[in-house]
Amino acid sequence: MNRITHTIETARQNQHKLLSIFITAGYPHLELTVPLVLEAAKNGADMIEIGIPFSDPLADGPTIQQSSQVALEQGITLTQIFDLVSDIRRQSPVPLILMGYINPILQFGYKEFLAKAAEIGVDGLIVPDLPPEEAGELKSLCQQFSLSNIFLISPNTPSERIRYIGELSTDFVYCVSVTGVTGARKGINPNLLKFLRHVRELITKPFLVGFGIATPEDAQNISRHCDGVIVGSAFIDLIRNNANKSELELLTSVAKYIRNLKSSISGVTDGY
Amino acid sequence: METVIEKKNSNQQLPDERGHFGIYGGKYVPEILIPVLDELEKAYDKARKDPSFQSELSSYLEDYSGRPTPLYFAENLTRKLGGAKIYLKREDLNHTGAHKINNTLGQILLAKRMGKTRIIAETGAGQHGVATATVAARFGLQCVIYMGEEDMQRQRLNVFRMRLLGAEVKCVSSGSRTLKDAINEAIRDWVTNVRDTFYLIGSVVGPHPYPMMVRDFQSVIGRETQKQIFNKEKKWPACLVACVGGGSNAMGLFYPFLPHPEVKMLGVEAAGLGLESGHHSAPLSCGHPGVLHGAMSYLLQNEDGQIQLTHSVSAGLDYPGVGPEHSYLKDSGRVEYTAVTDEEALSAFQLLAETEGIIPALESAHAVAVLPNLVHQFDSGDSVVVCLSGRGDKDVEIVAKRLDSIALQ
Ligand SMILES: Cc1ncc(COP(=O)(O)O)c(C=O)c1O
Repeated sequence: MNRITHTIETARQNQHKLLSIFITAGYPHLELTVPLVLEAAKNGADMIEIGIPFSDPLADGPTIQQSSQVALEQGITLTQIFDLVSDIRRQSPVPLILMGYINPILQFGYKEFLAKAAEIGVDGLIVPDLPPEEAGELKSLCQQFSLSNIFLISPNTPSERIRYIGELSTDFVYCVSVTGVTGARKGINPNLLKFLRHVRELITKPFLVGFGIATPEDAQNISRHCDGVIVGSAFIDLIRNNANKSELELLTSVAKYIRNLKSSISGVTDGY
Repeated sequence: METVIEKKNSNQQLPDERGHFGIYGGKYVPEILIPVLDELEKAYDKARKDPSFQSELSSYLEDYSGRPTPLYFAENLTRKLGGAKIYLKREDLNHTGAHKINNTLGQILLAKRMGKTRIIAETGAGQHGVATATVAARFGLQCVIYMGEEDMQRQRLNVFRMRLLGAEVKCVSSGSRTLKDAINEAIRDWVTNVRDTFYLIGSVVGPHPYPMMVRDFQSVIGRETQKQIFNKEKKWPACLVACVGGGSNAMGLFYPFLPHPEVKMLGVEAAGLGLESGHHSAPLSCGHPGVLHGAMSYLLQNEDGQIQLTHSVSAGLDYPGVGPEHSYLKDSGRVEYTAVTDEEALSAFQLLAETEGIIPALESAHAVAVLPNLVHQFDSGDSVVVCLSGRGDKDVEIVAKRLDSIALQ
């Protein structure tokens, strides 16, 4: 069974909330991606999203823009990212999702890309600039290679379309918490919880909430209304703030941060 | 004011209802923008069919922008080059000095109908920014313009004009600090402020329905040209020429002529320091299909699909992508595309100033630059129409510097 499917189903059965962590491949250095991912997985991340850097990340705020730029300046390529992923897969069973803008995938070739991803143990794919309207070919290829193809919804998505994406998305729906770009934010918009309750009523498919979640408190509050949280920019910020420390110190702060997030959402039950 | 010449044309049906021109175009955008684009599509469709919208737009084009613009017979230049007759479609004589206002008037009237209160736009040369700030001032809407840091330096005069017009100009320092990055920032603003904000795109680029809508608004150029050339020459021109940045002045001129196979069309990209140098802005000449800013089109990119840095002396052409419809027209062979270098454009800039007393925008000078060769491909009884997309006041400082440094060598 696909590792994401397994993770999601187990979580639902045991009624526990999921923590998914996003990291930009190659940030701050190529050699650090594997240890960072393994450290996150070891300390409680249930899934890892590995960001493929793109020169023009138009859905991203300053944090991920900058991490992508740093990775690209070091000349990171898709081939190197596949090597990193293989390396991670050899050492951990954590579900791995590749997340990236469509153009690099298109240039690699949809079929070649997905074949390679499946071969090295990737479990799913999120393409933020590929809405269902343009996703036909990629979606059926994902099916062919047994990869999950996860789609997004956002606070302005109409109800009917939320239902449609709920059907279309494999394993879970990526629920964007704000109308805006990625980036850590302080506090929770009061409309968010209302929106999440609305989504819960519309779809039975599990959904994870991402964009802007930074603190254990926010993670806890939000996770009451969904199946789990996705933390990206705040994690990258943490890495950046510890980038000139030793690798051991960096990994220690990562472990602590992930453990705090994880314990904040464990034992949380749906609160309506 | 003008008759719309009806035509049967396969391209007339494009894009399809999902916004595709063949494989090009589409809506490659974050989910947040899908409802926004759907709303825009519906509003535009309604406005397009609404005679009161069309007549309101026509009256502003006429009384505010000064349309119709003249189709001027460039007698001296024709004599000097010694070939087909050269006509200049004088878009430089529009209010604000370029064709950009044809589109900004159309879109701002639509924005008002949609109840939007805040206008954002990107700008390269500053011409679109000025045209947007102008209509925002005229219709009393808040206006924010994103402009690359490098462009703000080389087009300082336009930055000042935008500020005079009450717009806020936001400096974009990410990436290549030019038009591409200004569009990225404008899109980020848009996804953050979707409810009250209208993104007024300046060329036939971006997700559907923008390439279609901007083309439709710019088509006034071609429709007027059809009437004017027919009055003067009693036959269609042998060839149309326009510069291609995103491709809006070119689409505007070409589109109404597409059903007439006897009319050749030539789009001119910026070859910068030369196509072999790698420092240029010529995706149709040197790129291959990819996705940027919401649409599939020809793109300058590396093997890994990362967008490449571009170069052109002309800020308005300094862009790694191009409109999806141009990509389609290139593949279908209906339009031919070529590219001219910075040097060739600068010579054409001087040539037109000296022979006709018209100082063109550096963008438009790219179109003029193909004439010395092109006019000899046709009979002297034939005519060639060049879209003079804008006037060159904004470029005088750059050209003065370039010419000084050449003189010093
Ligand atoms: C005078 C002028 N011509 C042409 C262009 C290029 O745009 P497009 O290719 O959309 O006409 C610009 C863009 O700034 C411009 O200012």
